[in-house]
Amino acid sequence: MSDVTPFVVLSGILFTIGCVGVLTRRNAIVVFMCVELMLNASNLALVAFAKQHGNLDGQIAAFFVMVVAAAEVVIGLAIIMTIFRTRRSASVDDASLLKY
Amino acid sequence: MYAFHEGGGIPVVDPTSADGVFSLLWLVIALPLAGAAVLLIGGKYTDRWGHLLGTALPIGSFAISLAMFISLLGRDDNDRQVVQELYTWFQTGHLDVGMDLLYDPLSALFLLLITGVGSLIHVYSIGYMAHDPRRRRFFAYLNLFVAAMLMLVLSENYLGLFLGWEGVGLASYLLIGFWQHKPSAAAAAKKAFVINRVGDMGLSLSIMLFFITFGSTSFTVISAGAGEASQTTMTILGLLLLLGACGKSAQFPLQAWLLDAMEGPTPVSALIHAATMVTAGVYLIVRSNFVFDLAPDAQTVVVIVAVISLLWGAWIGCAKDDIKKALAGSTMSQIGYMMLGAGLGTAGYAFAIFHLLTHGFFKANMFLGAGSVMHGMDDDVDMRHYGALRKMMPVTFLTFAMGYLAIIGFPGFSGFWSKDKIIETALAENWLVGLCALLGAGITGFYMTRMMLMTFFTDKRWEKDVHPHESPSVMTVPLIVLAALSVLGGVMIAGDWIVDFLAPVTGVAPHEDPPLPALAITVIAVCVVAVGVALAWFLIGKREVPREAPQDVSWVTKAGREEVYGNQINDTLVVNPGRELTTALLITDKYVVDGVFTGGPVALGGFAGFARRVQNGFVRTYALSILGGALLVALALLAVNLA
Repeated sequence: MSDVTPFVVLSGILFTIGCVGVLTRRNAIVVFMCVELMLNASNLALVAFAKQHGNLDGQIAAFFVMVVAAAEVVIGLAIIMTIFRTRRSASVDDASLLKY
Repeated sequence: MYAFHEGGGIPVVDPTSADGVFSLLWLVIALPLAGAAVLLIGGKYTDRWGHLLGTALPIGSFAISLAMFISLLGRDDNDRQVVQELYTWFQTGHLDVGMDLLYDPLSALFLLLITGVGSLIHVYSIGYMAHDPRRRRFFAYLNLFVAAMLMLVLSENYLGLFLGWEGVGLASYLLIGFWQHKPSAAAAAKKAFVINRVGDMGLSLSIMLFFITFGSTSFTVISAGAGEASQTTMTILGLLLLLGACGKSAQFPLQAWLLDAMEGPTPVSALIHAATMVTAGVYLIVRSNFVFDLAPDAQTVVVIVAVISLLWGAWIGCAKDDIKKALAGSTMSQIGYMMLGAGLGTAGYAFAIFHLLTHGFFKANMFLGAGSVMHGMDDDVDMRHYGALRKMMPVTFLTFAMGYLAIIGFPGFSGFWSKDKIIETALAENWLVGLCALLGAGITGFYMTRMMLMTFFTDKRWEKDVHPHESPSVMTVPLIVLAALSVLGGVMIAGDWIVDFLAPVTGVAPHEDPPLPALAITVIAVCVVAVGVALAWFLIGKREVPREAPQDVSWVTKAGREEVYGNQINDTLVVNPGRELTTALLITDKYVVDGVFTGGPVALGGFAGFARRVQNGFVRTYALSILGGALLVALALLAVNLA
């Protein structure tokens, strides 16, 4: 049983950075990277808690997250590419036609 | 067989079943009904011979009626009620209504009047409607009317009577509005129909009350059990029946439709709105004598309504320049006399029916005569455009004169006998009522003389391009027959024949001495009429009749021209409040009821319009709301787990 507190704290810091990035940045690529940051922060937390509990549940969950994140990158980047091609801009605020 | 209640003289309907010639009773109705069906279903294929078929069938009915009448006369006094049970009309719960026909002295006389005068008017219509492209349809409606009217007087129960009652109402509606391309005719038909609804409501309520009280609507059952019902019930029944009679017979306060009904072709006015249908109310009251004899209060109301109507109608008759409308006012007045007779109870029933028959003759005669005049005057109805027509239309003039002498009560003519009897009975009952009836007779003398002078005497006032001519013989022959009946109709009273003949239906009146000897009353009545005639002679015959109706006339004339403000009274009391009520209901419906039901959805829609602003299209706003939601969930989990 080892102390996992620093890892959890690091995970929290990373998640917060990602959160703030998603909410404040306009560039779709940066937003996308921030989302990745949040996913990795949660992975770190999962692994840390798995270590604390001494079982593999969290680690397996981390693998799932990685797979989902990889799939998301493929689709997300493709969408951003398409938007950039049509609009010549990757700002998320510009793509706001789908509304009331 | 006929019997009387013990104590009272109220007759009980107790018929024997039909045999011999009476088994043809159903044919009397079936013939004209079949005519209407053939002509309406056959459509234009029957155009060429439709009017002949339509005329032949009522004549057939008349032949049967006559045969039955002769056969009835051959029977014993006590054996003059015959019932023919055709089939069960419907049966539900305790209500068992048979399609039964009752042939007794009262219906026998009506049968002769309806089929006899009806046939004559059919013959006349062949000529009158010769140039109308829809003549076949006209005859179909006339046949429908005759069938319905016969159903009305032959039914053995009130429900069958109601069937005929509505049937004649329908036929009346169709025929008033026969020239439907004229908006005035269409409006008049609607008016007649609507006002008749009020009366029909009274009749239908009385039928329901009959059923509640006696468990049946059959005359046989009701007349047998009449003594057991309370007097209040009988009074209510009497008033409801009177309401029905007022609607159909154009009596005060439901009189306003009759004048407008003159929009129909003249044979219709003669048959439906003078001789037969409008007298159905009198028939209803005489037929329901077992109700009215036990409801003296209702009888009093009948008398009041009758007196108002007979003076009201006479007033209108004095002022109208339209020959048909003047005759219509006269019809209302004469029906007032019949109602008066009927309201006087056992003593008056027979005289009411007597006057009804003679009036059927002379008024049909005069309406057809007016039609003949119109035929020769290019359908002009304004008497101010007539004058001196006696030389151009000798037959019409002479026959009309017979009707004229009959209606004013010239001694020896039919109307003299019948009206005199009613006045006499009224005087014996109540001197005020009798005086009103006498006054009415005087006014009758005035307005009929006025009509006679303006049409056939005085100077000619025709339009330039009008060439008056006598009508073809197909029209004049019915006139001659009706004129003969107008002269000779009084023979029915010889030796009190009609009183004795109707006794099985109406009961026998105890003999009551009038306040004056009968001869004195007759002399007074003739004198009053003579005054009316002389007045007309000095006011109209001695002066020049202006071609345009003068406007600077007394309020009496103005009121008469306005039909004594009957329409205005209806408008003020019923039509306008009704309109305002519907407007108020419409507004309530639109803003209150609809408001309640649409208010919720509208509020929800407004809220949704506000709430959808949340969907602003910015990804980062959505991300923020997801974060907020996740935080809420996390906090909730913490709160639950820590608690």
